[in-house]
This record gives sequence, C-alpha cells and structure tokens, in this order.
Amino acid sequence: MAMLQVDVWRGREDGRYQRFEVPREESQTVLDVVTYIQRHLEPALAYRFACRVGMCGSCAMTVNGVARWTCRTHIARVARDDRLEIGPLANLPVIRDLATDMREFFDKWARAKGQFAPTATRKDAPARVPPGSRSRATANAGIECIGCGVCYASCDVVAWNRDYLGPAALNRAWTLVNDVRDGARVERLRAVSGDAGCHSCHTHMSCAERCPKQLSPTASIAGLKRAAALALLKGEL
Amino acid sequence: MSPRGEVALWIAQRASAAVLALCVLVHIAVMVYAVQGGLSAGEILGRTRGSAGWAAFYAVFVAAVAAHAPIGLRAIAIEWLGWRGRSLGVALHLFAALLLVLGLRAVWAVFA
Repeated sequence: MAMLQVDVWRGREDGRYQRFEVPREESQTVLDVVTYIQRHLEPALAYRFACRVGMCGSCAMTVNGVARWTCRTHIARVARDDRLEIGPLANLPVIRDLATDMREFFDKWARAKGQFAPTATRKDAPARVPPGSRSRATANAGIECIGCGVCYASCDVVAWNRDYLGPAALNRAWTLVNDVRDGARVERLRAVSGDAGCHSCHTHMSCAERCPKQLSPTASIAGLKRAAALALLKGEL
Repeated sequence: MSPRGEVALWIAQRASAAVLALCVLVHIAVMVYAVQGGLSAGEILGRTRGSAGWAAFYAVFVAAVAAHAPIGLRAIAIEWLGWRGRSLGVALHLFAALLLVLGLRAVWAVFA
C-alpha cells in the first residue's frame, strides 16, 4: 500500500515537526490524513474541525507552507512525492500542535465594527433591497466569508504589524458599509482608517490568492480606502 | 494618528503620485527630445533661464516629491523599524522640508 510521509507540527511556538506514515487513499483530503493520525497513531494530537464540508471555517492549517482549508484540500493537489508538511496557521499564537488561538483574529472583526447596526425595529416593515442594486452587488461579493483565517495567516502586513486588522475583518466591514440597512457607516469608516486599518494594506493580494471561497478582500480594502477618502472630503469623517 | 489624519495622508500620497506620474513623463520626454543635438549646460540654461513656465513646472514637481516621499518613508519606518509617534512625525517633516529646500534651490538656480 502506498504510504504518505507526513510531518506534523507538535507543541507550541517552540515545538518541532513529528513524522508519521499514513496510508494513501483515493480522494483523501488533508483533514482525512490529520484525523487518521489522531485516531490511529497519536491520540494526543490537537487540531480543530467541525463540518468537514467547507462551511464552518475551523480546519484551516498550513499545508506545505501554504495556508489552506484542509477539509476541501485533496492530497493529490498538494502532496509532493507523497510528502506533506502540516503546521498551524501562521500569524496566530499556537495553543498546541495544529490548533491556533483565534481570539485576536475575531477581536479584530469587532474592532473593525463588524457588527450590524440596525436602523429599524421589528415593528418596521422589512427593508427592500433590490438584488440588482450596486450596493447589494458589492456587499454580495464579500459576504460568503467563513472566517477560516487563511487570509489572515497569508497576509504580510499582519506579519509586520500585529495591530493590523487584517483582510477578513476589513472585508466584513466593507460588506456592512454597503449594507443599506446599516446605520454605523461613518463610525465604521473611522474604525478601519486608523494606524492599523485599511490604509496599511500594500495590495500584495495574498489574501485574494489564498481565500478558499475565492473572495477578494483586497478589493474590499480598496473599496474602504475610497469610501474613507470620500467621507473625509465630504467632511463626514 | 487620528483616522482623519491617516485618510488625509492617503489622499495626499495618491494625489502627489498622480502629479508625479505626469511630471516624470514630461521631464523624460523633454530630456529625450532636447538631447538629440547633444546636451550641454548652456543649452539647458538657455531653455530654463527666465522661463516662468519651466520654473512653475519644476516647483510643482518638487512640491509633489516633498509630499510623496516622506509619506512613503513613514509606512516603511512603521513596518520595518517599528518607529511611531511624535519623533517620527518630526523627522519626516524635517525630511520633507529638506527635499523642498534642496529642490526649490535647484529650480531657482536654473531659473534666475
């Protein structure tokens, strides 16, 4: 039987890679490999997953140096000579093995005012948003984010500046800036225009390149820059 | 820096880049055209001396450089050196002033 040589990160930041041999299967995913190791070879291996079908965003890891969602990544696409190196996501503190501490990632969504600020109550009629309107289409382009952290782990600016809000939080802010029902547009533009906000983006586009949902946080960030500039010129900021 | 300040710097950076793109094109095009008969100091001075148009053009060029370069250096200082705050602002204002003085001095030298 063909075997995969799999190096898996063990420990925290000061850990090391441990080699495992895993049987190669048809249509095998990286998450299948990690689960095999945990069930058959090393029960103490720490990793995170939930849905296994690319919806929950919890299984992202670094596979052969690239951040990926492991449940939808086939071994055939990423293994080189039947070898794999699997580590935790970059740019986040490692709790243990393949599990990272996602708190700062999600705290930054809150700092970017990623919460919807309603302008109507339950007594009002539901808002009518024409599906073909420009703002609806722009919001749609970024709305399918699953919060997996792949963009955040791939972003050079996050690596350089630990305060940088990151692609996912800024993408979320941009979808809300385009939500006609939302009432916190100016506060949100203020929140994302700080030292660590959208203006720090260098348009390297690693986030857009790596996003498993094929979103373009770079485009969202560029939209925020334009919106903030217009708001300043109009005296709103 | 405040969000307003950050956005203002971003606008200044983009606007000065647009001015620079135009200025560099004109500068290079004129240079390529002017050196065809051989380039000499006399020829350059003959074109620029007393020419308010060229003096204004290069004054704008210098102003755009003095705005653009320090804002770019600011990002590098923050990301690569971790240098922030008041001391960085002072240093960059001094650098902008230096670019402005040296540049305008050169403009004056070929005009007057």
